[in-house]
Formats: sequence, structure tokens, C-alpha cells
Amino acid sequence: MSSSDVARRPDPSRSLSLSGHVGFDSLPDQLVNKSTCQGFCFNILCIGETGIGKSTLMDTLFNTNFENFEASHFEPQVKLRAQTYDLQESNVRLRLTVVNTVGFGDQMNKQESYQPVVDYIDRQFESYLQEELKIKRSLHSYHDSRVHACLYFISPTGHSLKSLDLVTMKKLDSKVNIIPVIAKADTITKSELHKFKIKIMSELVSNGVQIYQFPLDDETVAQVNTAMNGLLPFAVVGSTEEVSVGNKMVKARQYPWGVVQVENETHCDFVKLREMLICVNMEDLREQTHTRHYELYRRCKLEEMGFKDTDPESKPVSLQETYEAKRQEFLLELQKREEEMRQMFVQRVKEKESELKDSERELQNRFEQLKRLHADEKAALEEKRRLLEDDQSSFGKRRAAAQLLQAQNLTSNGKKDKDRKNSGFM
Amino acid sequence: MTANTRYRSRVLRSDDVEEKEYVGFATLPNQVHRKSVKKGFDFTLLVAGESGLGKSTLVNSLFLTDLHKDRKLLNAEERISQTVEITKHTVDIEEKGVKLKLTIVDTPGFGDAVNNTECWRSIEGYIDHQFEQYFRDESGLNRKNIQDNRVHCCLYFIPPFGHGLRPVDIEFMKALQEKVNVVPLISKADCLTPGEIKKLKERLREEIDKYGIKIYQFPDCDSDEDEEFKQKDKELKESTPFAVIGSNAVVEVKGQRVRGRLYPWGIVEVENQAHCDFVKLRTMLIRTHMNDLKEVTCDVHYENYRAQCIQTMTRCVCARAKVNAENRVESPIPLFPMATPDADTEKLIKMKDEELRRMQQMLQKMQQQMHEQDL
Repeated sequence: MSSSDVARRPDPSRSLSLSGHVGFDSLPDQLVNKSTCQGFCFNILCIGETGIGKSTLMDTLFNTNFENFEASHFEPQVKLRAQTYDLQESNVRLRLTVVNTVGFGDQMNKQESYQPVVDYIDRQFESYLQEELKIKRSLHSYHDSRVHACLYFISPTGHSLKSLDLVTMKKLDSKVNIIPVIAKADTITKSELHKFKIKIMSELVSNGVQIYQFPLDDETVAQVNTAMNGLLPFAVVGSTEEVSVGNKMVKARQYPWGVVQVENETHCDFVKLREMLICVNMEDLREQTHTRHYELYRRCKLEEMGFKDTDPESKPVSLQETYEAKRQEFLLELQKREEEMRQMFVQRVKEKESELKDSERELQNRFEQLKRLHADEKAALEEKRRLLEDDQSSFGKRRAAAQLLQAQNLTSNGKKDKDRKNSGFM
Repeated sequence: MTANTRYRSRVLRSDDVEEKEYVGFATLPNQVHRKSVKKGFDFTLLVAGESGLGKSTLVNSLFLTDLHKDRKLLNAEERISQTVEITKHTVDIEEKGVKLKLTIVDTPGFGDAVNNTECWRSIEGYIDHQFEQYFRDESGLNRKNIQDNRVHCCLYFIPPFGHGLRPVDIEFMKALQEKVNVVPLISKADCLTPGEIKKLKERLREEIDKYGIKIYQFPDCDSDEDEEFKQKDKELKESTPFAVIGSNAVVEVKGQRVRGRLYPWGIVEVENQAHCDFVKLRTMLIRTHMNDLKEVTCDVHYENYRAQCIQTMTRCVCARAKVNAENRVESPIPLFPMATPDADTEKLIKMKDEELRRMQQMLQKMQQQMHEQDL
């Protein structure tokens, strides 16, 4: 009989009948007025190979020219390009964001092609989650950029899905509402189209890909939606050019053998797509995105971060407590890391110091060695010089002696001569 | 016969028939015709392109037969990591006494997997294998019944859904341009309006020039052909790459039964020149240029292959002769070039030498620097 138990069970209420008109039947109208004043927002993601007709179909769907330029086939990676437009019809304002893939299906190795798309969708969910978790948040004026619908353009080969299509759709089916469409459907005959649609749906079912099913819970649209569910995927043709048929100008493609009218239901399923996507189920798409895909993302993300709804003792744990605990943990870890880094720094400094000391010592040794060598050489040179000087002095002495001898010889010779002369004279 | 009389006999005028100089070799073309009819012709066509582009349907339309009676198409999940196979279908067809042995080589799985790097290797290998076999047969002793399985023409299907060539198209055509006559086609052209077809063709021609892809070029017609032929030839050349549509079904148009595709908004006739270039392709491929395709294959692609083969062989033999001079093997039967290990190791040795030299230079420089520092 704890307080929490009582709070959980809804109070049994009795239904009363009114005796007059109260007026709360205007509640939906008040809601509608409010939301009309605010304006609506819708985000479409178009995935398909380059040149398959994504931009043209968007132009045709929304009856405007979104100024898209042709992409090249040589992008090294898949990229996404988002553009936001403000449209108005009667007094309803729509903020439409169209996200196109650029370079999808062009690379030789397409194993990573789905990753940029998944990353983009996750990023939008993440920014919404961050906004939701803020302390001071402004959700009503937040520009919701989460992807509400994903149009996947299937190439009209007439056989089956491509392997890339299957791989990509499997990765996306739990993150976004996938609506597959067969692009450039004016190249498939009626009988081929029937077989193609059956083949595609059977492949999707057998591989467990969950595409968006139009909702059947509302009686007013349940019948239409059931019929449409059986016609998936829609085979569409897009065109912004107008051709005169009968006495009207209609959007069409002119061939030598006939004119394919975009809005003719026997020619293609464009009208059905427009009705289903925009007229009938746009709000449901937004709701599904918020309640199913976003909640799944949020749950996974928070579980990753370590939040749980119930303690190990299965007592409900409030977000705040968990958050506090997490914060403490985080701070402790920070401190520990800081300590570690400081220690590592000190150690490194020591190492470097010892290294430098070693090298200094080595240099000193070398210097001493060189000095010794130098001194040795100098001594040797000194020795040599001394020897040389000795040699020189001895040489000098010898020379002096030799000169003396010569001088003596001369004088003695002169005496001898004189003697001879003298003797001869006499 | 003197020179004068020989000159006069060249021009056969109707009144010369009774003349003494009538020789009669003007019937040579007829003789050639008779002999070739007796021998029969053969033609090998390779079709390549992603699945779902209408290759089989086009081949059926071209040769008015049903070649792929019960083929199994793979599911998407089976194709995620599919490898490229090569399948061959051979049929014998006859028209007015002329027999044609037609071989269609199909390449299921090309470009279908998620990772398509080097998916053309098996196709390249197949073409090389045919060349090799023919080379072997040609150099053999008994050459009576040589089967010519060489690929004479490759039809490459470009999808019309994009803006031009894609990386896989460029890689494929560049890999095969030296080995086979590549004829690019725009497939499933019934999804393009005439204006779009013109733009796409210009784009493709530009990109083929830009990337230097050598596709099959029509030979220029002789200057003494008549004007009509020259005009047709010019038109043919200006409408490449051909935008084609194929169909297995026959529909009724204005009381006539023609091959076509039935749409709620009209009927596309395959053989209507205003609808697509199918007729031009058929004319080019079968009626006028089939022999030229075979000749270019024999004279250009095969000869290139053969010359390369012989070059690698002589290098191999020379290297081997250098190594063991005593055991010189006189082989009339040419040995086939395996990987030439000698040439490769030589290159490796040279590279290593270079590296060593560079490292020695660096060491010397460092030593010098240290020496300068010390002093």
C-alpha cells in the first residue's frame, strides 16, 4: 500500500451525460488554430542513385522549383545536402527541409555508402535529445530537423531490388519511415510493373525490412490506406515541363510515341504518392518519427550512457539521482586521469633530464679526450721542434767549424805560397 | 603478254567480252561468295552491363530468337557479394543459305555486388584465354580445324538513369579497350525524351574523349562510294552511342505486327527509327560491319596480344638461356609466358641497390655534420 502504487493505477471514473452544450467540442479547433499559427515543419530525405530523378520528383510534388543542380558521378563518398524552404498554401505555412544524397551508388565499393545517411539521421535525433535534456529548454520554438519520411528511389530494372538497396534499407528501417518508390516508371510496362512490385515486396518481407505502413486505426482514412498499402511501392514519374493535352496544359513527358501524363492515374502512381505522403498521412509520419523512431534512439542512447529505469533492486530510479551519480563518477575519473597524466609528465621530465645529462657527460668525455689528443700532439710537435732546433744548432756549429777550417786552410795555404814564393825568389 | 595488253585487260567493258584479252577474273567475287557460303561464318558477341538493363532482351531482338529460355535471376540478397560469371550460348542460325554460328557471351553478376572493385577481371581473363587458345592452335602442327572463339565485339550497356558515365563504366571500358571492340550502348532508351537522348549522347561522347577511351570506330567509307551510302555512313557515325530499346513481345500497330512495348500512353516500336536506334545498331552490327569487326579483332587486338606474348616469351627464353647456357632447348613449339621471375627479381635488385646507395649517402652526410659540430 505504498504511495507509488496508488499513483500508478488510474482512478476508476464514471461517465456522465451532459444536459446541454458545454462547448469543449471546440478543443480540436483550438489546437488546429494554435498549430496553424505556429506553422508546420516537415523533413524529407531522398535516397537514390545519381540522376534517378529525386530533385525532379520533389519539384513536381511541391509544385515549385527547388533550384537543384546536377550532381556528378565521380564523388568519392556519399554526402548529404539539406535545403530548407518555406512554403504556403491557403493560410497554412510549411517549413520543408529536403535532404538529398549526393553520389549514392556511384562508387566502386559501396559497402560504406549507407553510413553517411545513418550518421545524418542520428545527428538530428541527437540534437533533439540534447535540447530535451537541457535545463532551460525551448522545445516549442525548436526547429525540428528530424527526418520524418525517407523516400527510397528504386531503379526500374524490372527484375528486383539491387543489393545496395537491400543493405541500405535494412540499416534504415528502424530509424526512419521508409517509403520505397520506383523511379522513372515510364520505362516499365503494366505487366512488368505488376511483377516487379510483387518481387520487391516479397524481397523486403523475406529480409525483414520494415517499411512504413499507412495507418489503419482511423476509420475515416482506413479504407483508403488499406488500398494504398497494397499498391506499394508507388511507381512514379516526375516532370516539371508542361505539355498541352486536349485543351489543358498538364505536367507531362513528351515522347515520339505518346505523352506520359504525371497526374494521370493510369499512367503512374504519382497522384497516389502525393495524396498519401502529403494530404493524408503527413501528420502520422511526424508522429511515428517522434513516438517510435526517436524514442528507440533515445532509449538506446541513454542505456549506452548507463541510465536505467529501475535499480538492480527494481526500485524506480529518478533521472536526477542517476545523473548525479554519473557526474560524481565522471569527476572522479577526471581526477584520476589528471593524476596519471601528471605522474607521466614527471616521469618523462626525469627521463629526459637523465638523457640530457648522459649526453652532456659524453660530450665532456669527448672534449677531454680531444684535449688530451691535442696536448699529445702538441707535445710531439714540441719534441720535433726541439730536435729540429738541435739539428739546426749543430748544423750551425758545424758550419762555423767548417768555415773556420776553411779560413785556416786559406791562411796556411797563403803562408805556404809565401814560403814557396820566398824560396823561389831567392 | 606484253605490258600494253595487260593494261587494257584491267577494265572489263561489255564489248570486251568477245575480245581476245578477256581473262575472266571478274568472277572472283562470286567465287569468294560461294566459298564463304559453303564455309559458313562465326561471330562471338560479348554483352556486359549491370543486370536489369535489357541485355538479354536486346540480343533476342537483334537475332530474332529466344536465347535465354529458362534462366534464373538472383535475388537482391544473393547478389550482395556475387562474383562475375561468364556464360556462353551458341546457336546456329541460317538465312538465305548463309550459315552463322553465333556465340553470345553473357556476364551475369557484373556490377551487381555491393563492392565492385575489379569486377571486370574475369571478363578480361576470358578474352585473354580465347586469344591464348587461338595462338596455341595457330602455332600448332595440325591447323586444319581451328575454332575461332575470339570475342569479336563487346556491347557495353550504359544505364540511361544517370547523367553520363559512371566510374565503373570508365574502368571497364579502359580495361578492355585494347582487347576487344567496345561498342557502348544507351540501354532502355524509352525512359528518355528525344531532347534528353541528344544531351546524354553528347555528354557520353565528351566523356569518352576526355577519359581517352578507345571505342570501336567505324571505318571511313571509300571516296568512290555513292552519295547515299556516304550520307548514311555519316548519320551512323554521328548517332553513336546508340540508344536502344529491346522487346520480346510482338504488338499490333496499325494492323501490322511489330516488336514493341505496350504502354498506356502509346506503343514503342523497336524498329521505328524515330523511336530508337535499334535499326542502326542492327545495320551496323550485322548487315554492314560484322566482317569489319572480325577483321579488327584479328588484325589489331589479336596481333597486339600475339606480339606482347612473343616479346615476353623471348625475354623469358633469353633470361633462361643466360642462366644455363649448356642446356639450350630448341623448342619449335612456343613456350607460354609464365611470370618472368628473372625480369622481376632484376628489377627488385636494382631497386634495392638504389635504396642502399641513398642510405649510404645519408649516412655520409650525417657523419660530416657530426664532424663539423665537433670541430
